[in-house]
Amino acid sequence: MYEIRIHSRGGQGGVTAARLLALAAFRDGKYATACPFYGAERRGAPVVSYVRIDDRPIRVYSQIRNPDLVVVLDPSVMEVVDVLHGLKRGGKVLMNGTTTEKLHGVPAFAVDLTGIALREKLVIAGSPILNTPVLGALAKMGIISVDSAKKAIQEMFSDERNVRAAEAAFQELVI
Amino acid sequence: MLTIATGNKAVAAAVKEVRPDVIAAYPITPQTEIVEQIAEYVTSGELDSRYIPVESEHSAMAACIGASITGARTFTATSSHGLLYMHEMVNWAAGARLPIVMANVNRAIGPGWNVWAEHTDAFQERDTGWLQVYVSTVQEAYDTTLMAFRIAEHADVILPVMVNLDGFLLSHSMQSLDTLNAGDFVPPLHLPHAIDVLNPAGYGTLTGPDEHFRFRWEIEKSMRRSRKVIAETERDFAERFGRSYGVAEEYRYEDADVVVIAMGTLGKEAEVAVDLLRNEGVNAGSLRIRWLRPFPDFDLSGREVVVIDRDYSFGFGGVIAQSLMARQRVDLYSVIAGLGGQEVTYDDIAGFVRDRRPGTELWFGVNGDV
Amino acid sequence: MTEIPKEEFILKCTSACAGCPSTLILRYVLKAAGSDTVLVVPACCTSVIQGIYPNTAVNVPLYNVAFAAAAACASGMSEAFQKAGKKTNVIVYAGDGGTVDIGIQALSGAFERETDFLYICYDNEAYGNTGMQRSGSTPIGARTTTTPGGKVHAKKDLDAIVAAHNPSYLATACAAYPQDLFKKVQKALTLRGSKFIHVLAPCPPGWRFSSEMTVEMGKLAVRSGLWILYESEFGKVTINGPSKAAMIKPVPIEDYLSVQGRFKGIDRKAIDALKSQAEQRAKHLQKEAEGIC
Repeated sequence: MYEIRIHSRGGQGGVTAARLLALAAFRDGKYATACPFYGAERRGAPVVSYVRIDDRPIRVYSQIRNPDLVVVLDPSVMEVVDVLHGLKRGGKVLMNGTTTEKLHGVPAFAVDLTGIALREKLVIAGSPILNTPVLGALAKMGIISVDSAKKAIQEMFSDERNVRAAEAAFQELVI
Repeated sequence: MLTIATGNKAVAAAVKEVRPDVIAAYPITPQTEIVEQIAEYVTSGELDSRYIPVESEHSAMAACIGASITGARTFTATSSHGLLYMHEMVNWAAGARLPIVMANVNRAIGPGWNVWAEHTDAFQERDTGWLQVYVSTVQEAYDTTLMAFRIAEHADVILPVMVNLDGFLLSHSMQSLDTLNAGDFVPPLHLPHAIDVLNPAGYGTLTGPDEHFRFRWEIEKSMRRSRKVIAETERDFAERFGRSYGVAEEYRYEDADVVVIAMGTLGKEAEVAVDLLRNEGVNAGSLRIRWLRPFPDFDLSGREVVVIDRDYSFGFGGVIAQSLMARQRVDLYSVIAGLGGQEVTYDDIAGFVRDRRPGTELWFGVNGDV
Repeated sequence: MTEIPKEEFILKCTSACAGCPSTLILRYVLKAAGSDTVLVVPACCTSVIQGIYPNTAVNVPLYNVAFAAAAACASGMSEAFQKAGKKTNVIVYAGDGGTVDIGIQALSGAFERETDFLYICYDNEAYGNTGMQRSGSTPIGARTTTTPGGKVHAKKDLDAIVAAHNPSYLATACAAYPQDLFKKVQKALTLRGSKFIHVLAPCPPGWRFSSEMTVEMGKLAVRSGLWILYESEFGKVTINGPSKAAMIKPVPIEDYLSVQGRFKGIDRKAIDALKSQAEQRAKHLQKEAEGIC
């Protein structure tokens, strides 16, 4: 079982990112679950969502304690949340941003999802959309296939800019 | 069709498949997605139901009652405080012998405000005459909602059915979902006592003690008959669609010396704990109770039992644990866990089994001397 | 004179008190509505009046429902009939407690949703079924078992509350004027959407007058101007004949109060409050009828 924890802030689409990721994994023929951990649903508060991917049916509902991958959609949550908490030995971090310098001693990758969203004018109510571009980055990391990432985005969103943003993230992420 | 959906959306999709005539509902976290999705189906024309956006849960159930007594198929959904607010009408629906189906997304009851999973909301409606079933996966939520209509409307039952799913843990979890073409799996509803202006009758008129008592006995008889209807419905569902669940889902149960009993998502999580324990050489198994009413009969003799109640009755204990002990002599360790969405992992569950102390009760994480 | 059908839907086996206005009102309501009608009745005197299972004195389907639930239950029924392509009249027949107090939320919701139904509140100005406790509809100064010294608060203005929902039809009526009531029910049932009729029900045991005086008491209520007969169709107000006459030459309200045990010992202040309420109400309705407000 591959376990992913996504850190974001309310309104940034972390929950949708988890759902998109699960959908893409499902389209890859895997079993997948996306479980958001809901607090008070307010904009701006740190939010955690979980995704599990496996070849067998998933029976676990509790929170992910030892993730294989941590995705940080909003680096500012690192000031209030220990995003590396429980990270599995050998686990990785994917960060929205231009640098991983705050993350020492773990394999960390950065891609400027915010920049991509702004370039593609993927902005809702003033917030750049991060949940579709992040799928491109996750495809680059081999978590899901490129094809399923696109399919998942197209199933949930009709605006083609979402797919373009994912493609851009795929191109820009350096592994 | 194979897709991916939340527990809430699965319930809404099942409702769409059986096409109720009237749906009356009121939003409440974490159920809201069900009524939003249904409103969308109705607005887009995918579902030709009358959707009544009522002003309270009490009115939601009252509107379902008014519609149901005309012979219409009805559905509503609620949670927690909403369920308690409609309590009077929940009783009325069963007493009036109306096959209303309701999804209840289990959530704790305040104060303080807590929107997370707990079964105490539905347990407070335990004695109302509703059939109650608890599901553990998105697919099961879908399948069980379909079955609920058929069971409720069966001539031998004609009682309302409540389908329970854990708040957030299941209501907002996305998993794979195989939606069905149900065909004639749920036949058209025929309500024998439906209102007929050509044959006027009084409904719910003043009733003396003898008649009242007889009506209650009729409900009990139907409740007892419903066991057979549930089994038949499950069997037919399995034949048509290839999935079955049972009144309780057994996991590595047959040869188990110690059995974990739980409901809802905790019942699934317990299966992982069982695997862990088996690897350690503990002969564990699990039993996930699906139907709370009618309460299933199991023979637990000769086994040790660890019951996890995501509920409680103050001054009494875990309701499932106490219910089992009332029915049979059993060595039972009662664990109260997961209240208000308390995190309970498979490791925790394995721990309950390893450290079991039959004859005692544990309030997980808070236990102290009383 | 309007031709009132001979057919009876209230059979001669009710459990009503002698001189019961609620039974009288329901009798004319059903004559106007006819057999393709379902009644929804929350807890109220009619719960008892209709008889004891397995008998019923009401010859249309009557659905008894919980106290607060009548308008919501009728909402479901109305939608279900429409879905089935039926034109059956759905009529709530509720007392004042089930309307102005515990049932007002459901009432408000049903009217906001423009539910296609007729809501009739028969108002005996107290919880009659449980032995006359105060309701929000009890007038100031009236003694009930829970206001033994006379009620200190004014009667809730139910009509204004309902009017605020812009119903297709709103009318008042009185048990003492069955022709007027019959016509209003008939008219209401020709209109789509939410209709409301508020009927004064002088209650002999509750108001403490002798049981042959029901009609007389209703007439006094209208003639004194304390109860005004009017109707409002899509917001257009018409004051009906008996009340127009009363506005020109009312009988003193003391004539109405003094013949009822419930107002025994009522003080001047309460009488003045009743008077001024009645006057304000009359003025307001007259203005509305003239199209001034």
